[in-house]
Amino acid sequence: MVPLSWYLIFSAALFSVGLFGVLARRNAVAILLGVELMLNAVNVNLAAFWRYLDPVKMGGQVFAVIVFAVAAAEVAVGLALVISVYRQRNTVVADEIDMLKW
Amino acid sequence: MTSAQIIFIIVAFFTLGSGVMVVGTGNLIHAALWLVSTLFGVAVMYALLNANFLAVIQVVVYIGAIAILFIFAVMLTRKEIRDQGPQLNKGWWLSALLAVLVFSGLAAMLWGWEGMSRTAAEFPSGFDSMSELGTALISPNAYVLPFEVASVLLLAALIGAVYIAFNRK
Repeated sequence: MVPLSWYLIFSAALFSVGLFGVLARRNAVAILLGVELMLNAVNVNLAAFWRYLDPVKMGGQVFAVIVFAVAAAEVAVGLALVISVYRQRNTVVADEIDMLKW
Repeated sequence: MTSAQIIFIIVAFFTLGSGVMVVGTGNLIHAALWLVSTLFGVAVMYALLNANFLAVIQVVVYIGAIAILFIFAVMLTRKEIRDQGPQLNKGWWLSALLAVLVFSGLAAMLWGWEGMSRTAAEFPSGFDSMSELGTALISPNAYVLPFEVASVLLLAALIGAVYIAFNRK
């Protein structure tokens, strides 16, 4: 049987990879890809805690399902924003989208 | 080492390698395809955790809808697929340092926790996790309110996405 620690270390590593993608990539679509990795890491954590702590209470799985819904909403709005910005400014590089910067 | 552990290690390295390729590759179409393989690895993780419903939803919603949406977005912003110039911004080493710090911080925090080596609890006999999940999602004593709020959030996101991306001429 796989101990709980393996799942937690795995999801911490996946979260860190996603965090690096969010912070370091210049392309706005690539930043959203990094956010997806982080959300998936969190979901693995939730499912692992559900399985290992108390599988009779469904809280962990319910929380993971709600994270799925939030991720879908986030991607839909985020990509709509990227496409809208691309139409207006002809770029998807995050550094060049600086209309709100002084 | 049992077969479950060997499968876990293979899937974990496959998933993490694909994740590194998602943030590392320059071609965004390739990054989106690597994201598909990462998501598939996570679906196998759910299956290993006996979360069958989550594994199926991961394939249907994430791979079937979200990853395809990403590929559409990359195609609609086609000019930038192979970005001119570097793919990473100037302070990327700072981001790498922060990511390593977050990972080591989490690992150190988990190391000191006594629940670390816990093994999975046994399911009670006759326990059907999928029907339990369905009941929990619509039961007024459990999670019906978050469930409804999530559906309203999805509707709002749908309308918002259409409004933002609509081409006003």
